[in-house]
Parts: sequence; structure tokens; C-alpha cells
Amino acid sequence: MSASKLLLVGNPNSGKTTLFNALAGMRARTGNYPGITVEKRSASLEHQGKALELIDLPGTYSLTPNSPDEEVAERELRNCPEANVLVVVDATAISRGLYLLTDVARPGRKITVALTMADEAKRRGIEISAQALSETLNVPVRAVDARDREAARALLRDLENAAEVTLDLDYPGLVTKLARDADVPESEAARAVMGAAHPESIEERLGDSLAKRALALAPEELAAAQEAVACARYACTEALKSAATSAPPKATNDTRTEAIDRVLLHPILGLLVFALVMGLLFEGLFSGADPFIELIEGAVGSAQSLVRTMMGESVLRDLITDGVIAGVGNVVVFVPQIAMLFLAIAFLEDSGYLARVAFLIDRVMRGIGLQGGAFVPMLSGFACAVPAVMGTRTIASEKDRLVTMLALPLTSCSARLPVYVLIIAVVFAGESRVLGIFSMGAVVLFSMYMLSVLGALGAAAIMRRTILKGPTPPFVMELPPYRMPTLGALLRITWSKVKGFLIDAGSVILALSIVLWALLTYPVHEESVAHYAAQREGVTDAAELEAIDQAQRAALLEHSAAGSLGKAIEPIIEPLGMDWRIGVGIVGSFAAREVLVSTLGIVFGSGEADEESESLREQLSSATRADGSQLMTPLSGLALLIFFVFACQCMSTLAAVKRETQSWKWPLFMFGYMTVLAYVSALLVYQVGGMMGFT
Amino acid sequence: MKVLSDAKVGSSAEIACVQCSDPALRVRLMELGLVRGTRVEVLRKAPLGDPLIVRIRGYELSLRRIEAQAIEVSAEGSK
Repeated sequence: MSASKLLLVGNPNSGKTTLFNALAGMRARTGNYPGITVEKRSASLEHQGKALELIDLPGTYSLTPNSPDEEVAERELRNCPEANVLVVVDATAISRGLYLLTDVARPGRKITVALTMADEAKRRGIEISAQALSETLNVPVRAVDARDREAARALLRDLENAAEVTLDLDYPGLVTKLARDADVPESEAARAVMGAAHPESIEERLGDSLAKRALALAPEELAAAQEAVACARYACTEALKSAATSAPPKATNDTRTEAIDRVLLHPILGLLVFALVMGLLFEGLFSGADPFIELIEGAVGSAQSLVRTMMGESVLRDLITDGVIAGVGNVVVFVPQIAMLFLAIAFLEDSGYLARVAFLIDRVMRGIGLQGGAFVPMLSGFACAVPAVMGTRTIASEKDRLVTMLALPLTSCSARLPVYVLIIAVVFAGESRVLGIFSMGAVVLFSMYMLSVLGALGAAAIMRRTILKGPTPPFVMELPPYRMPTLGALLRITWSKVKGFLIDAGSVILALSIVLWALLTYPVHEESVAHYAAQREGVTDAAELEAIDQAQRAALLEHSAAGSLGKAIEPIIEPLGMDWRIGVGIVGSFAAREVLVSTLGIVFGSGEADEESESLREQLSSATRADGSQLMTPLSGLALLIFFVFACQCMSTLAAVKRETQSWKWPLFMFGYMTVLAYVSALLVYQVGGMMGFT
Repeated sequence: MKVLSDAKVGSSAEIACVQCSDPALRVRLMELGLVRGTRVEVLRKAPLGDPLIVRIRGYELSLRRIEAQAIEVSAEGSK
């Protein structure tokens, strides 16, 4: 026998997921609903000897869905007509919570109710009797502290008495008539009247015949009926509320939230706190993750040397160390920043501040056609685009979310910094000061960041008005009361994000890492191997041997597939002031932008190099093109810098976008537009700059 | 008729009618409790004057000006 199902339904912020976690404990599973990025939380429980499948549906205000999350909730309810439903109602917003109950109720639907936040409601002077509510509704109603496991278990015992709710709903005549004509219950006819506001999806949700009848209503008639349905349901819930409240409440405002908002939403103080919180978030992402990243890089290095000592020299060994282990490292290295961002987002969201952030910055974000919710992902992009892309899930509107995701990789992430540092050190070192104060390097670095800000905002504004244009989605958002998040909930969210990344995006990143390694390694140029082996004959000086090794690595890279690719694209990148060696660097840096530095280290025979490497800096400064002219000049350096500001040189970002959009279409589009933007910008700088006499 | 976006911060009023051109938004606003006869209080505006926060049925909701313009309210003084 298949397990009976229990669906958890409730408004966003109603404590539904907390309750789910209390019920599910360690048995909670997270995944994705197929085809869309809405998280699915479920757990297989055993209750009184029988299997029970517990499903936490996404929060929703009604069954007339307005977002992918709400569509999932509505669809799951529709697809499981037999399932028991536990409606989670926040006692502090009881009318709105019970409104959802009136929408969920239908003949044959067995319902129980959990009343959450009762203590908070009590503090505000709202005392609701679960018993009175239960008597009116004729189903079990239990007030629970959503964090209390024992109390939560009691809700499962209520299932025995689950029943259809008794509601005193006075639907308008039109609904009654529609129900009679289509031969459906009144509740279904009422859903059709409301659902007619979304003509594109009503048929799928309510069936052909009912949908046609609802859509055939005259617009004024329909509008009046919709208002009458909403009024009837709210009249019902307000009556339920009054019946369950013993004394008429005095002041029921949330004085604590009001007091906090007087500071946090204050025109001046509020913006200061906003800047501070965002600054801390950014600082944490930008440098707070460093020690962990170093730890991971160290572990990868140790694992590589361990395998090298354990295995004899072979292709398999190289595949394991430089392909697989390095590839796994490329995946895991994102975990600290992802974990940090989601810990921060979960804290801000659960505490209620994230909605305020969106509220405070909405007007500014609207200037580029986005909404307040796009701010935190955009800001995070300056640390790393991968967690930032994942963070766009907090944006409700699908189009806004996509635009944000596609534009934010233009923000200058921390991986671009080593590239900027190296090139600036090579071409702008020791230059004159600007205005007598700022070094030329600092000015150039600052300009690159400004350019990336303009690029990201401009790209978002253009996409929102062209390929992703559409009416501005409404910004109707609940501001939940401030609540203290629980550590358990924060860790659970963070872990589920990290796990999702490791599984979905991780596999793509690992595969691409191995492909890139192979491109940079094969085919092995046997002539060079033989040539340098002959040179080593009789040489004993360590430094000399090292120099030969480096020359050999440079030669092997030159003859590898990546080297050939670099040479093949030379005619294309020559007008940008680059040669094939930079081309190899660009190919290699697709693994991650900072890899440009180490790849150039090999190409220019400096061995293992980082952006501070003096040897690499000297090699780059003195490098010449085939015609003998200097390779790295201020102008060609600037063109290269600008190329890296705009280019999508990051397979991990592409993998993250692929995961979030569930298709290759958008990541490929992103790669295309960013590469074109980068190429054209660098071309303009180098060519126009050259014409104007700059070098 | 007065609209919600014109109501002063700190004042409250009663909703008369929700008149959005977008039917989906209109239904959503009504489902959130903004129906005829409901008391609504304007709590504050964002630093740039938009969006605004209203209190309705015991909870707080943020709306942009343009959305609040579609909500007709009966004129009522500050409390």
C-alpha cells in the first residue's frame, strides 16, 4: 500500500517550514520539483504503524497562484485530492491564514489546522481559542509552538479526526450559478472566478469546461464576482476570528516590530544600518571566506602530492591529480562563499530584515527596471557570481530574476582582482600620479570596478527593455514581524543550498575542469620532451634544471590543444593588442578568471606564478610580439583589463545559471552577450586608443 | 475619490474599491485582504517616498505608489 500523504499548506512566514522540520527531523529530504527551481521538502514518516509521506508545500496566500512557488502549491493540492491537508495558520495574521483555508476547503478534503505564533499573538493581545475555532470549523485545531517537536507530533494524532471543514461562506449568485451549470462544487466555481484573472493557466488548473464558462463571463460581471468572492471569504474568516477571540482585543499592533522599524526604516538611520549590514555581508563574502578557501586549496594540494608519491608517472596519475582532484577542488572552493551567503540570506530572511532591504532599495532598483529584491544578489556578485546567481531565488518575479542572474556576472567578482593586479602592475607601475594624490594603478583599478557597475546595471536595464521586456511585476510584499531565527533552520537552509550546488552545478564544473585540463595537457609534444631531456644531460645545477623544466612546460603548453587554440584565435584577438600567448591564458582562464595568472606563468616560462610574482611581471613587461614590438603596453594592458571586466570567463557561473534556469539556453546566451561585449569594448579601446596616438 | 497613495503617513482609511487595470494584481490585492470596507493604515514611506507600508488585518504590507493609486479609499483623518 502506498503511503498516505499529508500536505503542509500555509502563508509564507507562517512557521510552516519550522513545523515541517520539527515533524520530519532527520528524515527531511530536499530536492527540486521537476523543470523548475522550486525546492521540494518531504519526509517519509511512520505514524501509528502506517507510512506517512509529509510534504511541505511552498508558502502561498491563495490557490490563485502568482509565482512559480505558488503554482507548485496549487498543483500539488490539485494532484492529491485524497491527501490530508494540514493548514498552518499564523495566529498574528489569522484572517489572512484562514482565507487560504477557505480556498483549500473542498468536498472530500480532509483538513486539520495548526495555529502557530500563538505566544506572539498573545503578547500582542490577540487571544485565540483553538478549541472555539475547532468547534466552529468542525476539524481539529491545535495551537503549537512550531519549534517544539512533541507539540508537533500531537498534530499527527489529530489526523484521526481530520474532516471536511464547515465554513459559513456566502458566495455570490454568480458562483452558485456557475457551480450548477458546470456541475462542480461552489468552492471550485469560486476558484474559477478568481482564476479567470490568469486566463493563461486557468484551463490547466480547473479543466476545460469550467475554465471556458468562467472566461466567458463579461468583464464587469467577473470583476464584481471576484470582489464578492474575496469579500465573502474574508467575512467568513473575520467571523471565525471573532468567534474564537474571547474578549474584543485592545491594541493588537506589533509594538516590538514597530519599535525596531522606527530605527531600521528611518530615512537616515535606516539607510545607515542598511549600508552597514550590506557592508558586513559583502566583507564577509569578500574576505571572510578566504581562510576557508585557503584551507581547501591546501587540502587539494596535499591530496595531489599524496597521489603523486603513491602512483608511478602515468597518464592516469595526471588525470587523477590535475584533472579530477583539481576539478573537485574547483567545485569545493565555492562552498565557503555559498555557505556564507546563504547563512546571511537565511538570517536576514527569517529575521524579517530581507523584506525591509527590498523595501528600502526598491525605488533605486526600479530605475534599471528591477525590484528591491535584486539588490542582495547584485551586491554578492562583487564577491562571487556563483552564490549570487543561486541567491536570485529570493526574487519572486521570474523575469526580474532572470535579468538579475544574467546581468550580475558583469559585477567585478573577487576572481578578477588577481588579473587586475597583475596587469596593472605590469603596465601602470611607476606611472605618474593622478591629481598628485592617487597612483595611476589605483585609478585604473577603481575605473574597472566602476565600469563593471555600469556594465551590470546597463545590461540589466537593456535586457529588461528588450529580450525580457514585459509589464513591471507588482511589488506587493508582506513585511513579516521581526522574529529571531533559529540556528537549526539557518544551518538546514545553508546545507540544502550547498548540497544542491555540489550535486547539480558541481558535476558540470568537474566535467569542464577535466576537459580544460586535457586541453592544456594534450597532445603531448614528444619532440619537446626529447629536446629538453637532451638538454638536461649532464646538468646538475638545480636552478638550471628548474629553468629547463619551465622551458619544457612552456613548450608543451604551446603545442597542446589549448596552445593551438590560442594560436588559432590569434588573428581574432590581435586587433585587441593580444597575441597567442594571451590567447592561451584566456582559454585556460575559462576554468576561473584567476587561472589566467598561473597559465600566463607557464606560457611565459615563469613556472608557478601568482599575481605578485616578480618573475612573471618582468617576463610580461619585456615580452615582445613577432614583429618585435612590446606586447604589454598601457594601451594593450587596458584592452586586456576591459576584456576581463566584461568577459564571461567562468565555467562555474555558467554551470550555476544552467542549474537555476534548468536549461543551457540562458547560460549560452549569457556567455555570448558577455563575450561580444568584452571583445567589442577591448577592440574599441585598443583601436581608437591607437588612432589617438596612445600606446 | 481619494486613493491610498494620497493618504498621509499615520492616517487610516477604509477601502472603497480596488481598480487595477491588471486583473491578476487586483485579485491578489483582494486576496491579501484589501477588500471593500477594510480598514487600512498608512504606516510609513521608504526614504525616497516609494514604496509605502500599510497595515491591514493585523499585518504589514508594502506596496508601490502606482499600486496604491489603484486602491480607492474613503477620506478619513488621521487617528
